[in-house]
Amino acid sequence: MENIKFQIEKSERIPKLISALYGKMPQIVATRGKLITESYKKTENLPITKRRSAAFSHILENLPIVIRDNELIVGSATVEPRGAQVFPEYSYEWLEAELDTVSTRAADPFYISEETKADLRSIYPYWKGKTTSDLAKSNMSPDAYSAFVDHSVFTPGNYFYNGIGHVSVNYAKVLKSGYRGIIAEAEAAIDALDVADPEYVKRIAFLEAVIESCEAVINYARRYAALALEMSHKESCPVRQKELATIAKNCSRVPEFGASGFHEACQSFWFIQMLLQIESSGHSISPGRFDRYMYPYYKKDIDEGKITKEEAQELIDCVWVKFNDLNKVRDADSAAGFAGYGTFQNLIVGGQDEHGIDSTNDLSYMCLEASMHVPLPQPSISIRVWNGSPESLLIKAAALTRLGTGLPAYYNDEVIIPSIMSRGVTLDDARDYCIIGCVEPQKAGKTDGWHDAAFFNMCRPLELAFSAGYDKGTKIGADTPSVEDIKSFEQFYEAYKAQQSYMIKLMVNACNAIDMAHATRCPLPFQSCMVEDCIGRGKSLQEGGAVYNFTGPQGFGIANNTDGLIAIKKLVFDEGRVTLSEMRDALAANFGYGISGAAAEKMTVDVASKLAEHGMEINDAAIKAIYDEITTAASLEEGKKQRYREIKRLIDEECPKYGNDIYEVDVFARDVANTYTKEVEKYKNVRGGIFQAGLYPVSANVPLGGTTGATPDGRLAYTPLADGIGPASGRDVKGPTATANSVARLEQSVASNGTLLNQKFHPSALSGMSGLTKFVSLIRSYFDQKGMHVQFNVVTRETLLDAQKNPENYKTLVVRVAGYSALFTTLSRSLQDDIIARTEQGW
Amino acid sequence: MSNARGRIFNIQRFSIHDGPGIRTIVFFKGCVMRCAWCCNPESQSYDVQSMLEGGKQKTVGRDVTVSEIMPEILSDMPYYRRSGGGVTLSGGEVLCQSDFAAELLKECKHYGLHTAIESAASLPYENIEKLLPYLDLYLMDIKHTCPKKHKEFTGRDNALILENAKRVSESGVELIIRTPVIPTFNDTREEILSIAKFAKSLNGVKEHHLLPYHRLGSPKYEGLGRSYSLSDIEPPSQEKMEYLASISESVGLYAQIGG
Repeated sequence: MENIKFQIEKSERIPKLISALYGKMPQIVATRGKLITESYKKTENLPITKRRSAAFSHILENLPIVIRDNELIVGSATVEPRGAQVFPEYSYEWLEAELDTVSTRAADPFYISEETKADLRSIYPYWKGKTTSDLAKSNMSPDAYSAFVDHSVFTPGNYFYNGIGHVSVNYAKVLKSGYRGIIAEAEAAIDALDVADPEYVKRIAFLEAVIESCEAVINYARRYAALALEMSHKESCPVRQKELATIAKNCSRVPEFGASGFHEACQSFWFIQMLLQIESSGHSISPGRFDRYMYPYYKKDIDEGKITKEEAQELIDCVWVKFNDLNKVRDADSAAGFAGYGTFQNLIVGGQDEHGIDSTNDLSYMCLEASMHVPLPQPSISIRVWNGSPESLLIKAAALTRLGTGLPAYYNDEVIIPSIMSRGVTLDDARDYCIIGCVEPQKAGKTDGWHDAAFFNMCRPLELAFSAGYDKGTKIGADTPSVEDIKSFEQFYEAYKAQQSYMIKLMVNACNAIDMAHATRCPLPFQSCMVEDCIGRGKSLQEGGAVYNFTGPQGFGIANNTDGLIAIKKLVFDEGRVTLSEMRDALAANFGYGISGAAAEKMTVDVASKLAEHGMEINDAAIKAIYDEITTAASLEEGKKQRYREIKRLIDEECPKYGNDIYEVDVFARDVANTYTKEVEKYKNVRGGIFQAGLYPVSANVPLGGTTGATPDGRLAYTPLADGIGPASGRDVKGPTATANSVARLEQSVASNGTLLNQKFHPSALSGMSGLTKFVSLIRSYFDQKGMHVQFNVVTRETLLDAQKNPENYKTLVVRVAGYSALFTTLSRSLQDDIIARTEQGW
Repeated sequence: MSNARGRIFNIQRFSIHDGPGIRTIVFFKGCVMRCAWCCNPESQSYDVQSMLEGGKQKTVGRDVTVSEIMPEILSDMPYYRRSGGGVTLSGGEVLCQSDFAAELLKECKHYGLHTAIESAASLPYENIEKLLPYLDLYLMDIKHTCPKKHKEFTGRDNALILENAKRVSESGVELIIRTPVIPTFNDTREEILSIAKFAKSLNGVKEHHLLPYHRLGSPKYEGLGRSYSLSDIEPPSQEKMEYLASISESVGLYAQIGG
């Protein structure tokens, strides 16, 4: 037996809870949508913060509640397992348009009843012109809106359509003092207000909204207490009867008051976690350092003999199952980008405390153990690694990695702490960072990070450098010389940077426009009361109430641009074997290979409808002719086709590629990454904070690759872009150490909103204690070289291919997609293919 | 740095089954044996060859100097340091180019790397002796104790190998015995027991690695225009390997399945 700490037997309860949760397709539920509409109609005369708390209160009073069989921790957003509520105050048009297709779409389908459809159709007219999305659109400059919607250079779509989420609140405060404590704090703040303060009206409205929200939560928990009591009276099984009585007792005490023991603390935690996701639709509500703030309650119960480790483990496991009970419905495009029903509830263990001392405790191990017991996508579990991390914790984490669920993600304190300090976070706060969503660091309970603000596709500005700023016949970019007038590589590189800087400016405008819309229309008093210094300032998080304010848009495509620019430098300018205009034409012609798959189908439809508009008769034969031409590039003259294919061969075979530990290439990649990160950090947001870049695509490299033509790194049109800060797919041929060395040469600390490196391993690389130890050494060595984050897919290629063929046998196969884990069979085919194609690291 | 020249066909980084820690393997070209199961058939001939791989002709074998390949070996220094790893010379047969091997190991030692060789020891002891001052670990293949069967399947007698094993074990260099477990050749209880007893009789030997036969190298035979003679042999099962490991352990060795 390997010597791995905290191997605790799994309670029989856990598989039962899991199978009950995954019995059928999740469904869309209209109750929240109906309730908020009812409330909003009655509160049009109130300030927005009060309207929000009134609506929250109305929802919590009337939302149907349920205690599921075998549960020890209760609280569900929907009666149906894994159901999704809707949030019409953010946007609704996409769902209205997709009501009839949402149950059959490829990525993240949801069942929806005819009754629910009718309910939603009845409330939508009220919201016309009243959503955050509507206001964001009118706030935005037309050029920014067009670059986002018509040209997909970047997309801030997540917050344009949804809530922000992406926060880790001060859980410890609620666990300790309960919402009664927060109400007292808000009341004291009201007492201290000066009626002559020009901000008095706004402040008192906010503070009263906080109090109303906290009271609503207390009453909501009491409803659970009453239900549990009622169920316990009817229960015939004495064991379950006792459990229900405990649930009743817990819910009558927390989260109103501070928790007195571990079970109460788990219940209190869960109410906070779930209710944050009923107040608003934002995902990535991240529990953060659960092992730290839960520890006092665990330790007290263990010391007093009130609980065994096995019982504590069972409670943690129950919380883990509950994380997966929460769900979120997104529009079809976003669902493809965030595939896997992700809620991105990131929970992190280990690392330093605010004094710089390692904070690992029993719960750090037990959280990892819980992720072994509950092999589901949530929580996204992470681990902080630093020079003082105990080897035994890392071995435990490696044993979890070996299971192949893609968890945990590994983060490097030695890079992240100085990185966020460089953005103005104090040393003590920086040491106490946690991770939000996919990979974004922040100090919990003090930050509004607006992480994940937008996806920026760095390959598009490179395209614009070839077209002097034109896309689809329209000038959308900066003024740069035409390809014929570019005489040196430096000139071309400057043109790329000019196009990119211009697009970053537009993206900043788009983010700030959306940011203002949220402050105006959807401030969140409940969330805000758990983030400093909202109560002190009498201001919601959305209006700038947090101590630290950031906006973090993430760029991707570094590997494609690096390899492409190097190919241009070598083939065009150094060796003169290809002209720049030839390269442009080769890209436009997809290197003479035609277009395939969904992109070809879409293009056929576009061409056919254009022809139809011009009065051409479109029949089956015409469509076939168009399709054939698109897929085989038939209209391309044979000589040109061969020449373009030869150009691709030169790029593929004769140009060096990022990811192979070639110093010159890697330092150039560093420069390419900095063209994005160092440009973004020049800008300010509307909450008094700054922009800071991330470098990760979540899984948007697949859908946004689908809107990107061929690139000069030899990538064919509409195929996925490079993942994270890693090499382009299949371009790294020297194994994981060479890849890691290359990636470590990027200036990762400048990307203080997070970086992402995926590595794929065969399980045999982690066999036995010796495999685990070597694996931990690999991580440590990457981190020695200033890597910020790494995560692993440990699964065989054969397994994945078989899962594609026989999805019914792989319902619970979890793979790491990007910053999160998802069920493989629920991903779209193209994303499945991308995961399979990632270079399998050999030995 | 050394200008000693040798012929290799691959440098493989992040190798974790060929000695302690994370290692880089330098594969030498040329071997004196012709084992039917060899998973690197392109290693056998000393000649630079052309091999069809994934539809493309690839040149196997290149002449390098020690100083030419040191930068790549040193690239993974952070991994060696963290994991206690280093460099392993493999093949082919390292001893066929013992002067080059000695210079390469010596250079690695200058950088404080842990050094190992994987070798079948079927050349005169003088070739081994040259390496010993710079060698930390000898992973020695003992495939069979019966001279006749050994010759039949590998093309070479085993007397020299067994003699060299004894002399290496007395030299003070750490020695681990490795046996590829090949069905129809050496996968019976008696054959493994005999090898294990011999290993146990050697001075200081504690570990016996049993490497299960695999056929991942078979496409390379085709690529070289050769036929693969073991095509109908199935890899041994996990249960079988565990059983054989227990046989090896019964003589008092630490047996490990795989490298």
